[in-house]
Amino acid sequence: MSVHDLIVIGAGPAGLAAAIAAKEAGVDDILVLERDSVPGGILNQCIHNGFGLHTFQEELTGPEYAGRFLKKAEELGIAIRLNTMVLDLSKDKVLTVTSRENGLEQLQAKAVVLAMGCRERPRGALNIPGYRPAGIYSAGTAQRLVNIEGFMPGKEVVILGSGDIGLIMARRMTLEGAHVKCVAELLPYSGGLKRNIVQCLHDYNIPLKLSHTVIDILGRERVEGVTIAQVGPDRKPVPGTEETIPCDTLLLSVGLLPENELSENAGVELSPITGGPVVNESLETGVPGIFACGNVLHVHDLVDYVSEEAGRAGANAARYIRGELTEPGDAVPLRGKNGVRYTVPQSIRPAVMPEEVVVRFRVAEPYYDRYLSVYVDGERISHRKKQIVAPGEMEQFTLRRSQLGPDTREVIFCVEDQ
Amino acid sequence: MLYDVIVIGAGVTGCAAAMELTRFDLRVAVLEKEEDVCCGTSKANSAIVHAGFDARPGTNKARFNVLGSKRMPALCRELDVPYRNCGALVLCFDEADRPRLEELLRRGEANGVDVRIVEKDELRALEPNVSDAAVAALYAPTSAIVCPFELTAAMAENAAANGAEFFFDTPVRSIAPFDAGWRVLTDKGPFEAKVVVNAAGLYSGELHNMVSENKLTVTPRKGEYVLLDKKAGGLVSRTIFQVPGPMGKGVLVTPTVHGNLLAGPTAVDVPDPQATNTTQAGIDDLLARARQSVPTLPVFRTITGFAGLRAHVKQEGGTDFILGPVEDAPGFLDAVGIESPGLSAAPAIGEYLAAEAAKYLSAGKNESYRPGREPVYRPNEMPWDQRVEFIKAHPAYGQIICRCEQVSEGEIVAAIHRKPGARSLDGVKRRTRAGMGRCQAGFCSPRVLEILSRELGVPQEELTKSGGASRPIVGFTREGGAEE
Repeated sequence: MSVHDLIVIGAGPAGLAAAIAAKEAGVDDILVLERDSVPGGILNQCIHNGFGLHTFQEELTGPEYAGRFLKKAEELGIAIRLNTMVLDLSKDKVLTVTSRENGLEQLQAKAVVLAMGCRERPRGALNIPGYRPAGIYSAGTAQRLVNIEGFMPGKEVVILGSGDIGLIMARRMTLEGAHVKCVAELLPYSGGLKRNIVQCLHDYNIPLKLSHTVIDILGRERVEGVTIAQVGPDRKPVPGTEETIPCDTLLLSVGLLPENELSENAGVELSPITGGPVVNESLETGVPGIFACGNVLHVHDLVDYVSEEAGRAGANAARYIRGELTEPGDAVPLRGKNGVRYTVPQSIRPAVMPEEVVVRFRVAEPYYDRYLSVYVDGERISHRKKQIVAPGEMEQFTLRRSQLGPDTREVIFCVEDQ
Repeated sequence: MLYDVIVIGAGVTGCAAAMELTRFDLRVAVLEKEEDVCCGTSKANSAIVHAGFDARPGTNKARFNVLGSKRMPALCRELDVPYRNCGALVLCFDEADRPRLEELLRRGEANGVDVRIVEKDELRALEPNVSDAAVAALYAPTSAIVCPFELTAAMAENAAANGAEFFFDTPVRSIAPFDAGWRVLTDKGPFEAKVVVNAAGLYSGELHNMVSENKLTVTPRKGEYVLLDKKAGGLVSRTIFQVPGPMGKGVLVTPTVHGNLLAGPTAVDVPDPQATNTTQAGIDDLLARARQSVPTLPVFRTITGFAGLRAHVKQEGGTDFILGPVEDAPGFLDAVGIESPGLSAAPAIGEYLAAEAAKYLSAGKNESYRPGREPVYRPNEMPWDQRVEFIKAHPAYGQIICRCEQVSEGEIVAAIHRKPGARSLDGVKRRTRAGMGRCQAGFCSPRVLEILSRELGVPQEELTKSGGASRPIVGFTREGGAEE
């Protein structure tokens, strides 16, 4: 069995940034495993711009953004094995991998960075009634067909869900000559970024129907239409509001699910809220030496934050390999309360934390003119006025080591009226 | 071309009949209106091999169920089809229903099936996750589960390897007698045969009525299902039924041979034999009833829902399979009203129909008949060393295409080149499970389209999800079309 210091699972934005950071922190023997035939992950099909504003202070397309990291990885001589699928990961960090080129083999890692990303929630998971014809796609699958393969998955389109990929695809399909009839969103607000709603829907006069859902799919062979209806506060369809929209395509942008089957195989504890591993300040999971970052950890809105987070995971993996994370001391739990759904990380060990730790979190619903506050053992250490906070926009707070003492019991993140 | 026998319908019954017919010295054709085998009732059912306690003693259902389920383990071994003898429990929720449980026990005993009643404590020990409200259950240890897609495909492959010819996209429009037998008019032209086997499922009544004055009505009876992720697959280890009612066996919760959890079906008569749509009412109903049996059913782990239509035939004095020679149509053999336990009974029905055809035609044995089918390689199921060596020798089996079910390119290519092989996304899915996992083909469908296109030499935009107009791709993007 061949042994590597660090194995990174996934060569998307998270995996690349983690590998680069680990290399820069002195780890030489790094192997990145990628199941696709090209590195870069989902960025390859994100040909729109808007990537890199934080990282590079310029607006790049997805492939351009990935290209910057790839170039860096290449310069550093990081090995990326493509077309390689990890079938299993054990808690002892033995990976079972398969590829056409190398066949089936097992690899031993001293440390592992999980960077597998996420997948889209499919139609079946929503129990949408109706037929099962051709023409129902998750937005990301449609994006791949259009942007990578050059195929049109349909011409008359209804989109369910206003996640960012759905919004981006509303514009993309329109630019390719399709007619996007509407975007229906179950919730009374969109889960996407404000800028995407403006630039992808408003600019193209595509109606966003909030508090609406698809209640029937028509067409036995190819989609012939969908029936949408308004939903009440209980999110159940309101009788009498049904409207059948003729179309040949239904795109779904109804949520992303961190893809943690391998993590579960390794015995990594997952958060029921994020769907990703529970991690500490080092982005280390409950299994020592297994780190997580990017969308496999929690779904991000901006790739810039993925890169930053992954860089920390890679650097911490390097510290682990050097034996620096072995006697970590007690952990202080971080908790979301009063409208804050979760935090990542979920705990901090003051003994090993660096000078600063970025804590990211999301709120449960939109709030207007409220405060985001942070309490350390009941003492408020931060109180920021926000005109608007929304579930679709991740928030962050930089916690400094000086703000935690040796006896700190908990840190609370919450939304406050005053 | 005059065939000895034409089988109409390439579902599980038709394919079983075709396979058994090739054991005789007969020229066999199978006509199927869809683009593949296993496209109707056979693809959307509970996938249970019933022990045989449910059917009234003396009926065709009882006889063929018991025969079929006895034959099934050996047949599945022979054809390399996933089959698991998991056992079944029929829950009784009310002491007042106990007489019905006892009636099932008597039926089971009369049908020669191993059954007994287990009381609450034993039931809880067998299945800790069934409802506390269950007071007792009928236990049938011989009940089993099977992969209906593979079973149907495998029997078709055996039939084809032994000389049966399959014609797809070939709907039958009329059947009329002529001096040598039957002339079957289809969208692909006329076919002629001495004997016709009517295994047309939901359309079997219609075909029967083309040749007989004794008219039959087949009513589509819809059953809706919900399929849960493998993470929920271990919730029960046996098939959990409820005491049956007048519309059928009620809602069951069962593991599948591939480790998922299946709940369903509803039972609602519908006029349209193509109405395979699910409904909100149906999903709500089946989930509510499934939760009666297994209260902790994790509905959030649903990966898909689907509906199947049973070919229910209305008759006086209860319903039964209508099998064999049609009195006023010599050389026409019926398999009408094949609803549950049709999957379990299929091997025995096939055997019986083939024997009847052979008798009618005085056909001898086919001395060169070969059982089984070309091997199907599933690296995931091989022991480690064998798997390593196999992938070394066949590198395409090392390339994973469907991430969720870990299906390799080698398996997909093989499924396309089997005879009859996959020609569509669903054809690949039913044979390999690519696209059947938790992402429901989100990742793999573009890749499978590519492979289908390459292997079949058909442009991707002409490929279908499931035949007909079910094309996933409707054209090119502005740049994608530039090269055309």
